[in-house]
Amino acid sequence: MAAQDYLFYIFAALTLLCGLLVVVNPFSRNPVTSAMFLVLTIVSMAGLFVLLHAFFLAAVQILVYAGAVMVLFLFVIMLLDLKEEERRKIRLFGLITGLLSVLAVLGVVLKTYLVDSRLSANLQPPTIEGGTAALGTILFKNYLLPFEILSLLLLVAMVGVILLSKKDLK
Amino acid sequence: MDWNFVIFSTLKILCVIFLALMPMVAYAVLAERKISAFIQDRVGPNRVSLPLIGGIPIIGPFLTRWGVWQPMADGLKAFLKEDFTPNYVRKAYFWLAPALTMTPAFLTIAVIPFGSNLGNQKMVIADLNVGILYTFGIVSLGVYGIVLAGYASNSKYPFLGGIRSTAQMISYEIAMGMSVIPVFLVAGDLNLSKIVERQALEGWFALPFMAQQQTLMSYLLWPCAMISFFIFLVSAFAETNRLPFDLPESETELVAGYNTEYSSIKFALFFMGEYANMIAASCMMVTLFFGGWSLPGLATPANTILAGLLHIGVFVGKMLVFMVLFIWVRWMLPRFRYDQLMDLGWRRFVPLALANILVTATVLLLLNSK
Repeated sequence: MAAQDYLFYIFAALTLLCGLLVVVNPFSRNPVTSAMFLVLTIVSMAGLFVLLHAFFLAAVQILVYAGAVMVLFLFVIMLLDLKEEERRKIRLFGLITGLLSVLAVLGVVLKTYLVDSRLSANLQPPTIEGGTAALGTILFKNYLLPFEILSLLLLVAMVGVILLSKKDLK
Repeated sequence: MDWNFVIFSTLKILCVIFLALMPMVAYAVLAERKISAFIQDRVGPNRVSLPLIGGIPIIGPFLTRWGVWQPMADGLKAFLKEDFTPNYVRKAYFWLAPALTMTPAFLTIAVIPFGSNLGNQKMVIADLNVGILYTFGIVSLGVYGIVLAGYASNSKYPFLGGIRSTAQMISYEIAMGMSVIPVFLVAGDLNLSKIVERQALEGWFALPFMAQQQTLMSYLLWPCAMISFFIFLVSAFAETNRLPFDLPESETELVAGYNTEYSSIKFALFFMGEYANMIAASCMMVTLFFGGWSLPGLATPANTILAGLLHIGVFVGKMLVFMVLFIWVRWMLPRFRYDQLMDLGWRRFVPLALANILVTATVLLLLNSK
């Protein structure tokens, strides 16, 4: 097994473990701890992206999610009253529906893995182009319209947020 | 596995951190104290010396008088002081925070080409093709140290300091990230080594006449590059929490901000983290705008050991100029008010940087279409 394989297992295990600790941490029910484990999950996922040679995606993953979005999450969580959240009991209904949906997703994955014959056949690994230039070419040549629509959507969201956060509109 | 690569990379990491960065951090503190003393017409640290040093001919008196040993005394003091943990803090985060401020500063250095070649080794720890994005990613992780320090302290002033710093760093990260886009538009590459090599041939972005061959293009793009550099420089001050933007630790309002509850070596880690961040920011400015390791006579990557060492020397020299600038500005300018800081970041720099990207792209388009 090459070093890359070991790294894959390390990062995959870290992603799963940290992801689990976000929702079911036996030691602490502090939302800040959950948020920090989510950061760790994101960072280890960036590690998985690097192993797939998607360097741009890995860098952006850390830059946007770990560096900006999660900091704002943390910001909001810290300003809220956390005591109530820590005292809240786990509800049976939420637990059962959550477990069921996880099992359903797992079932779909397992079914594809066991039944689909194409996976067991010897597949050629696709040519990997994760660099910025390759991504830019694809985005602006093949997928220009969806890309622009997405940008418009983000703009609308931004204007909406500013409008909502303004207390009195003149 | 390529053992040669592993060995040399480890060697480079160890050398850069323990032979270059740590001493530089220590002596940056001394430089800060000496320069502030000079600006305020004082003497500054000049007492610490080792026994028998004064007896060395010629250099002896300088070694005893200039406070050369002060950093060692400071370091020793930081280790020996009582490491007091208040009983109301959140312990895990309280311990984690100082480490989280120090580490990102060191990690950013990894992609900086601090020299061309030494023997057949490239003088950069990780020659990534997304170099700059990596840097911004790691820099954005630096916020966690401060915000967790504020949270862990579990008291009002550190918390306010932490919150302030989060808002400040996120705001200026945006301006900073946008300010460098023109550089990459011109260079056509995100790899920092390639950017330095290009600047060596066609002129530094901030000083286009420092070139191997003069081109019209670099002069036409000069104004854009200067705007880029200016925004980057100011944002770097804000990102490293230095005056005039040291709002997170403004002592008149917040006692000492996020590090109020810290003592001993944990406080020293925050302190060193600030200087390590300054070094990283200086390295970035030299690499992006001032031609990295190159000088007009020394533009090609080195093929002898001597030239390689010279390139490293040039890089360190340029970086020290920016370190002195950081320190100088701190003792010359008063602090901004918080609303002024936010106003400058969002309402001045972000639109300016966006316009700069557009103008640069237009100039490039017109030049290339001919």
